[in-house]
Amino acid sequence: MPSMAKQAQQRVGLLQGTLDMLILRTLLYGPAHGHQIGKHIQRTTNEFLQMQHGSLYPALHRLERRGWVVSRWETGPDRNREFKYYRLTDKGRKQLLAEESHWKQMAEAVARVMWPAAEET
Amino acid sequence: MNWWQIKKRDADLDRELRSDLELEEDEQRESGISEEEARHAALRAFGNLTLIREQTRAIWSWNWLESLARDLRFSLRTLRRTPGFAVIAIVVMALGIGANVALFTVVRGVLLKPLPFQDPDRLAMLYEAGLLGDDTTGSNVVSGGMYAEWKNQNRSYSSLALAKGIRVGLSGSGGQLPEKLDSALFSWDMLRTLGVQPALGRDFTLADDSPGASGTVLLSWGLWKRRFGADPGILNQTIFLDAQPYTVIGVMPKWFDFPDSSTQLWTPVYHDKPEDEMTSFSNHMFRVIGRLKPGVSASQGVADLSVISQRIHNEHLNDPFVFRSASSRPLLEHIVGEIKKPLYVLLEATCCLLLIACLNVANLLVARAAARRKELAIRTALGGSWLRLIGERLMECLLLSASGGALGLLLAFAALQWLTQTRNDMSRVGSIHFDGVVAAFTVGVIVLCALFSGLIAAFSTSDKRILGALHEASRSVSGGNIRATLRKVLLTFEVGLTVILLIGAGLLLKSYERLRSADMGCLTQDVITMHLGIPDARYATPAQRANFYDTLLNRVRALPGVDAAGFATAVPGQGYQMDWSFTIVEHPPLPQGRGLFALSRWADPKYFNAMGIPILRGRTFDGKRLDAANETIISQSFANQYFPGEDPLDKHLHVRGQNAVIVGIVGDTRYAIGEPPRPMHYYPLDAGVENVGTLVIRSSHDLEQFALPVQRIVSEMDNDLPVSDVLTMNQLLGKHTFDQSFNATLLTAFATLSLLLAAVGLFGVMSYIAAQQTTEIGIRVALGAKREQVMRKMLLDGMRPAVFGLVTGLAASLEAGQMMRDLLYEIKPLDPAVYAAVAATLLAVAAFACIVPAWRASRLDPMQALRAE
Repeated sequence: MPSMAKQAQQRVGLLQGTLDMLILRTLLYGPAHGHQIGKHIQRTTNEFLQMQHGSLYPALHRLERRGWVVSRWETGPDRNREFKYYRLTDKGRKQLLAEESHWKQMAEAVARVMWPAAEET
Repeated sequence: MNWWQIKKRDADLDRELRSDLELEEDEQRESGISEEEARHAALRAFGNLTLIREQTRAIWSWNWLESLARDLRFSLRTLRRTPGFAVIAIVVMALGIGANVALFTVVRGVLLKPLPFQDPDRLAMLYEAGLLGDDTTGSNVVSGGMYAEWKNQNRSYSSLALAKGIRVGLSGSGGQLPEKLDSALFSWDMLRTLGVQPALGRDFTLADDSPGASGTVLLSWGLWKRRFGADPGILNQTIFLDAQPYTVIGVMPKWFDFPDSSTQLWTPVYHDKPEDEMTSFSNHMFRVIGRLKPGVSASQGVADLSVISQRIHNEHLNDPFVFRSASSRPLLEHIVGEIKKPLYVLLEATCCLLLIACLNVANLLVARAAARRKELAIRTALGGSWLRLIGERLMECLLLSASGGALGLLLAFAALQWLTQTRNDMSRVGSIHFDGVVAAFTVGVIVLCALFSGLIAAFSTSDKRILGALHEASRSVSGGNIRATLRKVLLTFEVGLTVILLIGAGLLLKSYERLRSADMGCLTQDVITMHLGIPDARYATPAQRANFYDTLLNRVRALPGVDAAGFATAVPGQGYQMDWSFTIVEHPPLPQGRGLFALSRWADPKYFNAMGIPILRGRTFDGKRLDAANETIISQSFANQYFPGEDPLDKHLHVRGQNAVIVGIVGDTRYAIGEPPRPMHYYPLDAGVENVGTLVIRSSHDLEQFALPVQRIVSEMDNDLPVSDVLTMNQLLGKHTFDQSFNATLLTAFATLSLLLAAVGLFGVMSYIAAQQTTEIGIRVALGAKREQVMRKMLLDGMRPAVFGLVTGLAASLEAGQMMRDLLYEIKPLDPAVYAAVAATLLAVAAFACIVPAWRASRLDPMQALRAE
């Protein structure tokens, strides 16, 4: 039991900060509901990032609260059921750009340290 | 955000989760597994729904409010489920908080609030200091002459004013009886110095304050209402004080009670006092108040006055009773100096009591946490966060201590009502009120108590041992050891604090006992005293005064049941009153600057007999009257101190310009209870000099019955003479030891209460341990352990914290006892009898608290104990 709890904590730690960005990026394709977003991230990363619902929903609500996304209940395309669709706002778009460039800088910086030889060639 | 919005958002979140979950379920089903499995798979994929919901809710800021409300609801429910616990905890808290709030209110009102005068920090009480005759003193009352010199020559004080408390007889008028009142002489600028205005009428003027002026008087608010029906028409009316006419010029504000809380009238001092007393440098009797000029420090002011005193002293080198320096104290300190220490000691005692109450509640909470262990473990396992659990615990404590505080506030209110009524002699008792600061203090105490007891209890359940708790659930054999240890540590503290309180109370009680049993040197039973004075205005000549007392005493002695009666200016226990300087005629003159003085009293020949003061040698006064009365009687210590190795009888004392022959030596008496006997000389009342004093009657019958007949005799002789302070000797002494008995009683009450709390705590822990170890004891008994062995083990287990606490408490009391040194009379702070008694009491109570659970444990039926699981 305790070791599992530890793993879970590590995964959350990995996603922290970047999860918001991934959600925003996913919404760039168009409105989506929570389940779709989670599935999308999971599929795109070849199941490398297991979506934790425990982090997904708080993250969505956090983004909504900050005004980066808005939500609306709409009927899904192939099923006659309503889902809560999240849509990117202009503010959210700007935030995504900022986070993206920040992340890029960060990744480059990390890469330079980690693989200096590759950089030279 | 409103409640309906919160509700809406909650529903929205639920719907969102449900729809997504259903979608997941659909997808799982589409991958070809059964409906049942699909649902489980979906749930697994989602994880803990409740936790998701809670974490998502936490995103919205209203969450803390909502969780607060939930904690409150939850705590209320838990408390309602255990009403016994709740009631005990609340009562314990109420006692602790109530005592603290009450005493804090007193301390704030009396000690901390600034005096109600203008710029009270600039006001100083001024004294004369230095060598007086053979004594050195740091702060003596001031002579009229020195006051005048200070006032005229100093450069440090914007004004200097003078006060003296006296007693005057207010004549009967309009059908009201004459009465004796506490009054004060003020120099005309006293109210200006304090920065106070009369509520009605006008202040004294310089013109009022001279021997030639007609009499003027200011009334207290209380006297004006009581005696004159609050009639504003009293202004400019004439009243008679000691048979002299005075015009009422004003009424003071209700709160004004300077210099004493009992003062009811104020008259100008230069008008009332003869000129020689106002110009004398060696007749010290006044209190002087100065207002420091801006920028001048208290020590600069004193230095300024000391220079003046030194010059006067140098000009009067042949008078040994002229001081050579000055000293000062802040006015507030002068007023509350005597009650400061006892009040702080009592406040510290209530703090101890509160701490004990908190420890006790914490103890109860730890016990309950132990009982709720499985519940808490399950909740933690299901994702309840540790913080939530602590929050809940704190909320519970806050509820307890807030209810306790509310109840305590009522207690404090009642206590203060009682206090202001019984202790109306205390200085500044009128400034004791509930106010904002007291309210803030109460809230602070409540929060502090909640945090203190809550955190102790909360940290006793750490979530690291959840699994352990869940496992233990199956076999609760050796469970809860840590908690038992924590409770024992808490108990040790509790017992330690209790010991400190007990020792303090023990010391005060013993000291009071000593005080009351101190030998006064006279009878304290079967004697009743009454205060009586004849005004100079109507009894102007010595003959008139002597005749009055002769007649009075003869008539009183003729009353049935009176064994003896006498009259003296002051009886033992009534205070210092008066001293005179003297020289011994037969001795060589003293070197310059040295002088002798001793307490002096006027008495009639039968006073010693009536009061039970033994005549050791010689005889009493011969009863010669007026100018022929030239005898004196001295006390034993007077003889020892001033006539060492010689016979004082028939020697002469030169006093007040006359020679008096020593005709007798009487036993020592104490002028005040708690003070050592001092040399005293007596002079015959028959000289007709003194006009105020105390009538004493000795009788083996009911003493109170003499009050009315004596009053009748007095009013028959002069129907404008009040008789006041009718007190048996016992009551008189009780009045002067009221402080001590009050402090001792309060501290004993606190100590008893904390002993009770400690005993309850001990009992609780022992019962808990016994319950925890039921199985173990069962096995032991089943395996052949003797019941006595079980009982002894349990007893030892319980007594250990008591003994540890006792030792710590005794060690800490060494320190606390030193703090109380000033409050003790004739006993050392390390009184072994008190320490032994406290240790014995505590051990006995602890043993009593432990013996019931221990006995119960030893009576355990092993079969039942083993089946109990």
